[in-house]
Amino acid sequence: MSIFSYFKKEQKASASIAKERLQIIVAHERTTRTQPDYLPKMQREILEVIRKYVPISEEDVQVQLENSDECSVLELNITLPEA
Amino acid sequence: MAKIIVVTSGKGGVGKTTSSAAISTGLALNGHKTVVIDFDVGLRNLDLILNCERRVVFDFVQVLNKEATLKQALIKDKRCENLHILAASQTRDKDALTKEGVGEVLDELSKEFDYIICDSPAGIEHGALMALYFADEAIIVTNPEVSSVRDSDRIIGILQSRSRKAEAGETVKEHLLVTRYNPVRVEKGEMLSVEDVEEILAVPLLGVIPESESVIRNSNQGTPVILDEKSDAGLAYKDMVSRLLGEQVDYRFLEAEKKGFLKRMFGG
Repeated sequence: MSIFSYFKKEQKASASIAKERLQIIVAHERTTRTQPDYLPKMQREILEVIRKYVPISEEDVQVQLENSDECSVLELNITLPEA
Repeated sequence: MAKIIVVTSGKGGVGKTTSSAAISTGLALNGHKTVVIDFDVGLRNLDLILNCERRVVFDFVQVLNKEATLKQALIKDKRCENLHILAASQTRDKDALTKEGVGEVLDELSKEFDYIICDSPAGIEHGALMALYFADEAIIVTNPEVSSVRDSDRIIGILQSRSRKAEAGETVKEHLLVTRYNPVRVEKGEMLSVEDVEEILAVPLLGVIPESESVIRNSNQGTPVILDEKSDAGLAYKDMVSRLLGEQVDYRFLEAEKKGFLKRMFGG
């Protein structure tokens, strides 16, 4: 760093942006890592069935699989548009 | 029984082969009988880094296909007598790497060696999966940079689900090796710090190798950088190998060199 660089504009350190972005994407990818392979396809098919009756978008269907010791719980959360 | 260690990363170009060469040489220098295997079928390079490219007669794939014996294919390193190299083939015959075949070769090597280092190819395809499948321990090579960290996390996930140990309900012992580290840029906030990478990946740190011109200089000559006593990267690899062998060694080269008054005023 030289004396001239003191006149340059301050900017947010890019490393901290990198860290933030990585923490988010890595956390997201870890949750999908543990899910069974059929889940994305099943989610698409469920979406298609509902779309036959109600117009909804992809984000309106949330599928979550939770594993406990004895069993797995498949949670479906579908937000329908207001009639 | 040998300890099987995979050197892996997901992303290419982060220093897997350089690290494999340095680690295996380091273990051999410490008196352990070590063999290093190149799993990058079709794109072998470990032989170049270890300066034995003109001595490859038989390769790993020929051993797997029973066209050569292990004894014929193992290349004895000229600098350290405890080190042997098993080169990958240069033909694109990736199907030759079968679980049974690789397992048999590793079993046979296990009888004679203390350490088996598996130099993984980049990616998450068959070759990379075969390199990590039999591992007892894994060294995850990561650059302090977004795509490398993300890919490392991916390969960690695969280690935890698709390795032999994982299938048996055990865990592969993981180590983080950060390479091409530039402390000056970290201090400026332009590069992820070692602590950041460790926190994101949640893997215990084994070593930090500073970005260094000496790495290419040594690979030009076919010398593993760990043999270069004047190189900071070489010394950092030495420290790392000592830690792998269970010693407590302080970290070096993590901070930027302090500049003098004139340099600070006028740059440079």
